[in-house]
Amino acid sequence: MRPVWLLALVSAAVLAEQPTPQRQQELIDLLKHDCGSCHGLPPKGGLGPSLMPEALANKTDAFLLEVIQKGKAGSAMPPWQQFLSLEETAWLVQQLRQEGWK
Amino acid sequence: MKSLISVLPLVFSLLLSACGQMELRATGDLGVVIEREAGSAQIVNTSKPAMLSRIEGLGDLSHASVVFSRDQRYAYVFGRDGGLTKIDLLRDEIVKRVVQAGNSIGGAISQDGKIIAVSNYTPGGVKLFDADTLEQLAEIPAVYGEDNQLSKVVGLVDAPGQRFVCSLFEGNEIWLIDAKNPRQPQVQKFQSIGKQPYDALLTPDGHYYLAGLFGEKGLALLDLWQPELGVKHILQDYGKDDEQTPVYKMPHLEGWTVAGDWLLVPAVGRHEVLVIDKRDWSLAKRIPVAGQPVFVMSRPDGRQVWVNFAFPDNQNVQVIDVKDFSVVKTLQPGKAVMHMEFTPRGEAVWLAVRDEDRVMLYDTETLSETARLPAQKPSGIFFSNRANQLGL
Repeated sequence: MRPVWLLALVSAAVLAEQPTPQRQQELIDLLKHDCGSCHGLPPKGGLGPSLMPEALANKTDAFLLEVIQKGKAGSAMPPWQQFLSLEETAWLVQQLRQEGWK
Repeated sequence: MKSLISVLPLVFSLLLSACGQMELRATGDLGVVIEREAGSAQIVNTSKPAMLSRIEGLGDLSHASVVFSRDQRYAYVFGRDGGLTKIDLLRDEIVKRVVQAGNSIGGAISQDGKIIAVSNYTPGGVKLFDADTLEQLAEIPAVYGEDNQLSKVVGLVDAPGQRFVCSLFEGNEIWLIDAKNPRQPQVQKFQSIGKQPYDALLTPDGHYYLAGLFGEKGLALLDLWQPELGVKHILQDYGKDDEQTPVYKMPHLEGWTVAGDWLLVPAVGRHEVLVIDKRDWSLAKRIPVAGQPVFVMSRPDGRQVWVNFAFPDNQNVQVIDVKDFSVVKTLQPGKAVMHMEFTPRGEAVWLAVRDEDRVMLYDTETLSETARLPAQKPSGIFFSNRANQLGL
């Protein structure tokens, strides 16, 4: 299943407005503490894989969005779509790639 | 000579007053609160609730746990980044710190208190250290399968007979490690114990080791009195036709969850606490609770079991009365309750409320709050009486 539809949405999402400053802080806290419980803080990995920029370098935005939104079968990664909009997910992926969120 | 004798009383009185100012600290009163974001730990007094000091520079504590030396003077902190730090609870200082692996999940202390064992994700395996010096004594790579892959190691506990027990998350194995000769540990491997063991517990009497399974239903049970019988898969079929809910934080089995004949454990992917009859390892009851349970911890007397939850229900804590397995109270201490620790005889429980930057104390009889202490993003609470408990 290739997430082509997501790719289209992502490009739109990145262009769309960013989360509000307050929401950005909530998202960073989520990243540090809830994602961090499996991926570490900084997210160098734990039960889940590393989310450091070098580890994500060969992963496409579309792939990362798909995994965060829908989870990954056969692994412990749950779907976050109930809590994160596509825009918010795209913003989080950007932060992870830049590592400027710490 | 005469002049010396005349000043001696003065010297003694000075010494006495110096001693009088130095407050003696009894280690049985102490505990450690992990502050995950700052990578620091508070040393606390558990009888007169207060922070005594803060130890910084402990590395990545996004997942951390603590064991205590048997004299209760030292705390060993296991950090995510492979850091193993020995803290002197009397002098408020780091005695020794080694970064022994790239990625680590927890540890244990041997029956005789002389060996520290650490379970690592990267490189997957167990390492043994001298508890005094933190000198490495042995490395046990968690090799599995035909192509000798390394597995993440979880659920490491000490067991009677100077042994350790652990589970291999990808390897689907349980290893029984005999460390009588800590430089040449002997490993007995149990294979195909069930898919993806995620954590484990030792019953307080040291008799049974139970690993929870993430990749399939149930738990893997090893009888340490009769390891030759092999590992038994229990609760294989519970709720297998029920809808699964996503798990936003791995449950933990650490902690005493044995209350009399009953063993209470978190369900995985169901908002339930499972009650297992320890006499025949059957499922006695499924208790509906407020979310995916993370810690299911029994008060030391076994009358109550306290439960906290994974995101997005982690503002709740529920109290189960073991008399009839009913949820008698749902508390809302604040956002993100990460961990709970009972005082040694259980009159009080301390809760780490991460997003509110505080530790909260509750009276376990009235179920009301009695105190709160500031802490920076607290995530784990460990009291020194763990020094005398098997498997903790």
